[in-house]
Amino acid sequence: MANIKYSKKQIEKYLNLNEKNIEKIAMYGTPLSISKDFLEIEVFPNRPDIIPMQNFIRAINAFTGKNPGMKKYKINKPEKNYLVKVSSSVSSIRPFTACAIVKGLSLDDEKIKEIVNWQEKLHLTLGRNRKKVAIGIYPLHKIKLPIKYEAMDPDKIKFIPLESEKEMLGEEILKKHPKGIEYAGLLENFNKFPVFTDAEKKVLSMPPIINSNDTGKITTDTEGVFIECSGFDFNLLNKTLNIIVSAFAEMGGKIYQMELDYEKAKKILTPDFSPAKIKISLEKANSLLGLKISEKKLQKLLAKMEYNYKAGTLLIPPWRTDILHEVDIIEDIAIAYGYENIEPQMPKLVGAGEENFESKIKTKIAEILIGLGFIEISSYHLMKKDLYKRKTEIIEVANSKTEYKVLRPNLIEPALEIFSNNKNNEYPQKIFEIGEVFSKSSGKTETGISESDSLLIAISPGNFTDVKQILDYLFKMLDIDYRIDESIHELMIEGRTGEIKIKNSKIGSLGELHPKTLRIKNMDMPVSAIEIYLEEIYNALTAKN
Amino acid sequence: MEKNNKVQELLEKLSPIERKIIPYLNLSPDEILKKAELDAVSLNHTLKFLENKGVLQVKTKNYELIELATNGIYYKKNHLPERNLIIFLDMHNRISIKDAEKQSKLSNNEFKVSLGILKNKSIISLNKGIIILNASKEELTKKFPEEKLIELLPIEKAKLSPEHLPTFENLRRRKDIINTRNCQHIDFELTELGKQIAGEKLEINLIEEVTSNIILNGTNGKKFRKYDIYANAPKLYGGKKHFLSQSIEYAKKIWLEMGFKEMKGPIVDTSFWVFDSLFTPQDHPARDMQDTFFLKNQEGKLPNTKLIQRVKEVHEGGYAGSTGWKYKWDEEESKKVVLRTHTTSISARTLANLKESDFPVKYFSIGKVFRNETIDWSHGFEFSQSEGIVADENMNFRNLLGFLKEFYKKMGFEKIRFRPSYFAYTEPSVEIEIFHPEKKEWIELGGAGMLRPEVTFALIGKEIPILAWGQGLDRIIMDFYKIKDIREIHSTNLKILREKKFWTK
Repeated sequence: MANIKYSKKQIEKYLNLNEKNIEKIAMYGTPLSISKDFLEIEVFPNRPDIIPMQNFIRAINAFTGKNPGMKKYKINKPEKNYLVKVSSSVSSIRPFTACAIVKGLSLDDEKIKEIVNWQEKLHLTLGRNRKKVAIGIYPLHKIKLPIKYEAMDPDKIKFIPLESEKEMLGEEILKKHPKGIEYAGLLENFNKFPVFTDAEKKVLSMPPIINSNDTGKITTDTEGVFIECSGFDFNLLNKTLNIIVSAFAEMGGKIYQMELDYEKAKKILTPDFSPAKIKISLEKANSLLGLKISEKKLQKLLAKMEYNYKAGTLLIPPWRTDILHEVDIIEDIAIAYGYENIEPQMPKLVGAGEENFESKIKTKIAEILIGLGFIEISSYHLMKKDLYKRKTEIIEVANSKTEYKVLRPNLIEPALEIFSNNKNNEYPQKIFEIGEVFSKSSGKTETGISESDSLLIAISPGNFTDVKQILDYLFKMLDIDYRIDESIHELMIEGRTGEIKIKNSKIGSLGELHPKTLRIKNMDMPVSAIEIYLEEIYNALTAKN
Repeated sequence: MEKNNKVQELLEKLSPIERKIIPYLNLSPDEILKKAELDAVSLNHTLKFLENKGVLQVKTKNYELIELATNGIYYKKNHLPERNLIIFLDMHNRISIKDAEKQSKLSNNEFKVSLGILKNKSIISLNKGIIILNASKEELTKKFPEEKLIELLPIEKAKLSPEHLPTFENLRRRKDIINTRNCQHIDFELTELGKQIAGEKLEINLIEEVTSNIILNGTNGKKFRKYDIYANAPKLYGGKKHFLSQSIEYAKKIWLEMGFKEMKGPIVDTSFWVFDSLFTPQDHPARDMQDTFFLKNQEGKLPNTKLIQRVKEVHEGGYAGSTGWKYKWDEEESKKVVLRTHTTSISARTLANLKESDFPVKYFSIGKVFRNETIDWSHGFEFSQSEGIVADENMNFRNLLGFLKEFYKKMGFEKIRFRPSYFAYTEPSVEIEIFHPEKKEWIELGGAGMLRPEVTFALIGKEIPILAWGQGLDRIIMDFYKIKDIREIHSTNLKILREKKFWTK
């Protein structure tokens, strides 16, 4: 998702930002906020084509009915030398490019700022941070056509990159230039780097990293531009180019095609504005949306979304990158119809609701403990890296932005943390928690991690008898037989610790926490606790039912 | 003695400790303490209770008390050092400073200070290192103002006469001679009612606690003492569910009443179930380490090959009437293990396990989801999500809006709107917003949509309308409890948890 800021002053030249239109814009699928100087919209990942302000205005004008249908741009044939030779040397590095020339522009600082801005946003979204698509825009009068796109040895690439004063080698740029360092990952594994050069062998840019300072910067003197998009999916590059040239055309530019000469292949002209066709079934649209739209109405709705419709087939604007399936069109029909005009309809209900058996048992256990005056706590599933030396392996997440990094292996440790944070609150403190705990279990699950429901009961100040009483009561209420065997627990006092068993399987422990354990957590009140895995309790109760 | 009704009523209400001091109420608090054999704290409490009963009015007076400090106590007994110096000099007139310092038995510091003081008072003068006594015998024996003040202590500062004030300041500047302390004096004044009973020897025999004996044998004509039912009772806290559980239970109840079955699934899951099975392309930003928790050194296994094949096909394209994402789908990428970013992974697992005969179905689930985020008042990494799916040949987009509207109505939100949105796995997609009456703006609550045919083909092998949603619950909970800081949802402060209201929707 991208947040795009347009200058309010600029956009108000084309759109009336009254309350009604603001509401309308939100219902186009572009939530917006307005401040003193800016209109900020949120563009969803499926609509990069409306990132440039001019394209957004065009789309809204169609949507509001001011200018419906697909706008036709005049595409001029290539002039002399409007040619890009693509060397096969790039085929394993960054194989494709789509290029165009736009002339007749008159740019002021405001417009240049806009262009730089949407170029950056397109890089981020559609371009997946320049990986899929990188865009270069160059002042035409600074370069000599035709252009060549080829791969060269990094130590033979030599030019002054943007934001630099001296000439640098290809390799040097990746190591020293800020943009080079940022995007080095995209070229790291290649021994040749792609470059655009002009007829005088001047380097225009080294995509997807950086342009040349001499030829790669548009200014208020720029009347014509050469545009290239490079990447891996020619179709996507062509559409990106269409987004860009249509924005330039909206600024008053004239679009010219270029001839792309891929070695050993047929020559191709770009930009290519021939719209793709897709079939749409009115019946399907109506049944999916639950509406009764006539064909005439359908045509009108589609025109609001810039489609041209004729007899079951429609033409997709050549800048749309998101139409994968008929349903994408159907959503646009719903948007044109207006989500606010679609009446919600609650269907007749059949079938009874059903709660999970486990959920029911958890609720019962909570009820029993609440009856004994216990208060439920809710700790994070991730804990700070643990304090105790444990025998089991810890499960850690990578790259956490906080101290919370480890999936909790039990509920007793989070509970001790809670007691430790509540030293200033009234005692006695009687708490319980029911939640998932995690352990490694190679082979048993798809992830290699087992999740079990666990129950933690703890009292402070509390001793062994206090928790044993509770355990007795709990199992009596659930009508389950259990047994306690003396055992050892790394956090508890030996001789005051028991293993809880149903039949012969161990389901948990109870006991008094060792003063050593409490001291680590800076506590000065005794604690006794029970922790039980609920799995065996579920089984025992299922057997009864 | 004849008593009017008011007095009678009062007498029936007096607690034993109150009755104990009534006979001494004509005395001062200090005397009451002795006579009634009480400690000061109990007396103060009792006076407060009697004030509530209209017997007296407590008068609290705050004041500053000037007292002797450690050096002051010593000097009071053994003279101030400047007095000692005078006595010494009287015997050794015209002594050198050096010798006086050695012989005067004053400390270095005391000697210096005293010398300065006596010079300022013009009692001595210094000439070429010699100390000369200037004052007459009579003057020498006269008490200094400092000495007079010390004799007055302890004294309330407000009671100092104006001529003592500069002396007080002088002494205060010197080390540990005097100090001042904030004190409170409790006194009281009897009300008309109080005057009628003060000093009375009360021979009232009232019943305090109800005992077994009284129950068995009756009250024998004795009256019950009346309690002050307006007095504050000590706080009491009961056991209860966490407020998060309470609200989740309520949301669950709504889905159950609408005929939904509960489904469950793992928190830790493979990227396959969280992303790939839901048609989320492998280069989607949500699959970035920046946004999602990936487990360290953990590789998952994929489910059955038929399912993998279908997922691969819809991603790569040309299947289910879709162009797909047109890239080479990588099985390894989908084996990465993550903390689920949405509960839709549970829906995917549930759908993939359905048999033809199971349809139509309605499922819900409420569970935790995770985003790799920092923690502050508006950010967290763990959230609660309410998930739902309805798979039925007859379902449409209006029905989706119908279910959502009904759910939010039951959650207490009448004014909601639906706005277009985008998710990789639904089309059409919708965002639900509620209007916040205080902030006067629309607030996003969660996403929903109809599963894309690529998703239904991959999961169940055919195209069927499936309504799906995953709503965040945290915002609703924060709104109900007027919580401003998102961290409070996971607060472990027992005081907050003990005092938190019940979910009353």
